[in-house]
Amino acid sequence: MKNNVGREIPDEILNEKGYKTFKSVDIGNPDKQRVAPKVSVTTGDNKVVDSLEDVVKNNVKDGMTISFHHHFREGDFVFNKVMDIIINSGIKDLTLAPSSLTNVMNDKVVEAIKAGTITNITSSGMRGSLGEAVSHGLLKNPVIFRSHGNRARSIEEGEIKIDVAFLGVPNADRLGNANGMDGDAAFGSLGYALMDANYANKVVLLTDNLVDYPNTPASIKQTQVDYVVKVDKVGDPDRIGTGATRFTKNPKDLQIAKMVNDVIIHSPYFKQGFSFQTGSGGAALAVARFLRQSMIDNDIKASFALGGITKPIVDLLEEGLVNKVMDVQDFDKGAAGSMKSNKNQQEIDASWYADPDNKGAMVDQLDVAILSALEIDTDFNVNVMTGSNGVIRGAVGGHQDAATSKMTIISAPLTRGRIATVVPKVSTVVTPGDSIDVLVTEVGIAVNPKRKDLVEAFKKVPGLPLVSIDELQKRAEKIVGKPEEIQYTDRTVALVEYRDGTLVDAIKEIKD
Amino acid sequence: MGIKETALAGTLESSDIQITLSEGSGIDIDLDSSVEALYGDQIKKVITDTLNKYGITDAKVKAVDKGALDCVVKARTMAVAQRALGTTEEPNWEVL
Amino acid sequence: MEERLRRTMMFVPGNNSGMVKDAGVYGADSIMFDLEDSVSMDQKDAARILVYEALQTQDYGNAELVVRVNGIDSPFFRSDVFAMVKAGIQVIRLPKVESAQMMKDLVSTIEEAEKKFGIKVGTTHVMAAIESARGVMKCLEIAESSDRMIGLALSAEDYTTDMKTHRYPDGAELEFARNMILHAARAAGIAAFDTVFTNMNDIDGFMCETKHIHQLGFDGKSLVNPRQIDMVNSVFVPTKKEIENALDVEAAIEEAKTKGSGVISMNGQMVDRPVVLRAQRVMRLAKASHLINEEGEYIEE
Repeated sequence: MKNNVGREIPDEILNEKGYKTFKSVDIGNPDKQRVAPKVSVTTGDNKVVDSLEDVVKNNVKDGMTISFHHHFREGDFVFNKVMDIIINSGIKDLTLAPSSLTNVMNDKVVEAIKAGTITNITSSGMRGSLGEAVSHGLLKNPVIFRSHGNRARSIEEGEIKIDVAFLGVPNADRLGNANGMDGDAAFGSLGYALMDANYANKVVLLTDNLVDYPNTPASIKQTQVDYVVKVDKVGDPDRIGTGATRFTKNPKDLQIAKMVNDVIIHSPYFKQGFSFQTGSGGAALAVARFLRQSMIDNDIKASFALGGITKPIVDLLEEGLVNKVMDVQDFDKGAAGSMKSNKNQQEIDASWYADPDNKGAMVDQLDVAILSALEIDTDFNVNVMTGSNGVIRGAVGGHQDAATSKMTIISAPLTRGRIATVVPKVSTVVTPGDSIDVLVTEVGIAVNPKRKDLVEAFKKVPGLPLVSIDELQKRAEKIVGKPEEIQYTDRTVALVEYRDGTLVDAIKEIKD
Repeated sequence: MGIKETALAGTLESSDIQITLSEGSGIDIDLDSSVEALYGDQIKKVITDTLNKYGITDAKVKAVDKGALDCVVKARTMAVAQRALGTTEEPNWEVL
Repeated sequence: MEERLRRTMMFVPGNNSGMVKDAGVYGADSIMFDLEDSVSMDQKDAARILVYEALQTQDYGNAELVVRVNGIDSPFFRSDVFAMVKAGIQVIRLPKVESAQMMKDLVSTIEEAEKKFGIKVGTTHVMAAIESARGVMKCLEIAESSDRMIGLALSAEDYTTDMKTHRYPDGAELEFARNMILHAARAAGIAAFDTVFTNMNDIDGFMCETKHIHQLGFDGKSLVNPRQIDMVNSVFVPTKKEIENALDVEAAIEEAKTKGSGVISMNGQMVDRPVVLRAQRVMRLAKASHLINEEGEYIEE
């Protein structure tokens, strides 16, 4: 049946899995029951073990759900090490439930699927060879894509029941007190992993840096941890985050960033104590630079910056232009390194950040979010999951969550090479158009007609090139031409949940 | 009509297409493009139509596309056709 | 000559398909596709066709479209001119101009092409790049060589080489040439463009040079990078006093029209033509700088 963003969700999926279709971006005020993990009681004196093999053998059984975090990003050594042992021990039918999957994990996941080790996956996203393989039908059961906030919700409400969480940390003491800030492989905030530490039945820490007890500050606490495994190296520091952040010199990115800044400063939200979230791409970093100047010029300070944090955002904190940085993950070394020295850079877990079924999440307090898009359609629906060829190559991330901000701006070029960004229908709906307020491209700004207040506010600003999203779509099509339609089979290879757990779209297998 | 000599035009930079013409019978296009699923047929059509305007009906075409728009595909095909026919400085104004 | 703003003339290498495609998005007043120095000898034909096709199909908004063709003595000149005229280019820029005759030769080639392709004779405009001591000394005759002329541009790299010097930060070596070009352009009633500034990392130097040529009276500057467009425009923003004065002049013109009076007067004094022209230019700049709203009122910062 069709959901409220016009996407066909196969009835058998709805029936078999008990899913509801997406209705509204409004979460409302329901009462929700949370779950609690099993606790294997101990005084904690025997947690340090040498043999990861033994931990796997004694704790991972056929059919279980295992989890990992992706804070080591492209420098992760933990995932492949653990998965090798699991594959070799012949365990079958596992559900893989990491916070996300980075490119270094791709080949191992494909191997584990082929070996029958992994038969179900839920993740924020996937890319590269894994995305290709899944889009071509490698995995029998559909992958479930969840936003960071939705993963937190699903864990809290028992939709994801993690049996064993394997969490790499850059430091830990013998009882499992750990943080993300110190050690060779420091990555800053442990935001996503804190959910696993809190809700998994078994928590296994892997570290290359065993420190004196008690280790503080402790983001993960000894009360949550079952095992501490010493390994050679948990990650490659050079690949965990990008190095020195370079501002883009790409003139098109700069043009878009400048226009995004114009939208922000002429909106009703640009006032003392406003809050914002930016992404990590070149254009998003450039926005931070333009916004900095506008804040100085207008003597305006932000109460907080939220989400995945970069060095330019930390610079705003240190300059006193932002009062607090609410940090769920760090994208570069500058951001990762500053957390321990700046008490106003607060580590937050994924639930605090973005869980919709909460007594108030940070995203609910957010004024302005600047987000990206692979595609956006004339209903403002955004796709950050599949390429124009229909292949999975992205992640929900915090997109659906941050898009609940008071003004959500999508910043994207009108076309990328010969691929149109503004299209009649996105190949996959990830974030419903109802939560998108403004689209900024290098050739014009389109405001969601539902936001009459913003349309009125921006109309008064001379020089803001306001256009309708239909005009942008036509203009893009005039440049690149009308593409052929992608051919899919009837088989569903992945499901995209909205942050409340309803189904916003189903991704089909590519026909070869 | 065939071509006089093997020729190449265009670059491998983003938004461009590199086209090589060599002797062959009929228009035989070997296309390598990241957007082949979406625009493959269209690219081949532009190349074929443009070659035909120059009277070229027999040539082997190797095209490496980096997301070129139709106007670029056409421009590079025209350039390679003129080069293969040895007419670069006496452009065929009727085709242009 | 049609009066329009020419603050920024952005160079676009003619054989770079990505840059040719995107040239319209940066808000340059003029876009200059280059078939000359940025294109290697063995790619002249390909660049010519690429720019030709782009002009046929791409949307460059309201920008004035200019092409720099290869030199009049080069084997590419004639085909360049023919292709660009057929493509409907607005302005052809001829490099290394040293005499009125060179412009006349260009114009006759253009006229030939216009006739061949059934385009109204006189449609295609021209401009000259001054790149040598001789060119500077002949500025006025070049500026007055044809009623198709829209402007003179200084090209400092070749000029300083010709003068046995090179470019210095203070620009003293260009002062004579700048003044000659500017005076010739003003005398002929056409535009004057300053030379490019190539060091993208020296923002202070660029701003200093732009302020200087603005003070001298240049219409604008040739640019190598879109990032320079906003910087130039910021220098050309009129002051509040200039805008308010221009609005008064406009009101006076309006009043004279309503009264059916041929004489425009403001505060009891007659407003003469130069004042009107300056006011009109200030208003164009103010509108382009988004300082005038839809009702034609000044927007306080």
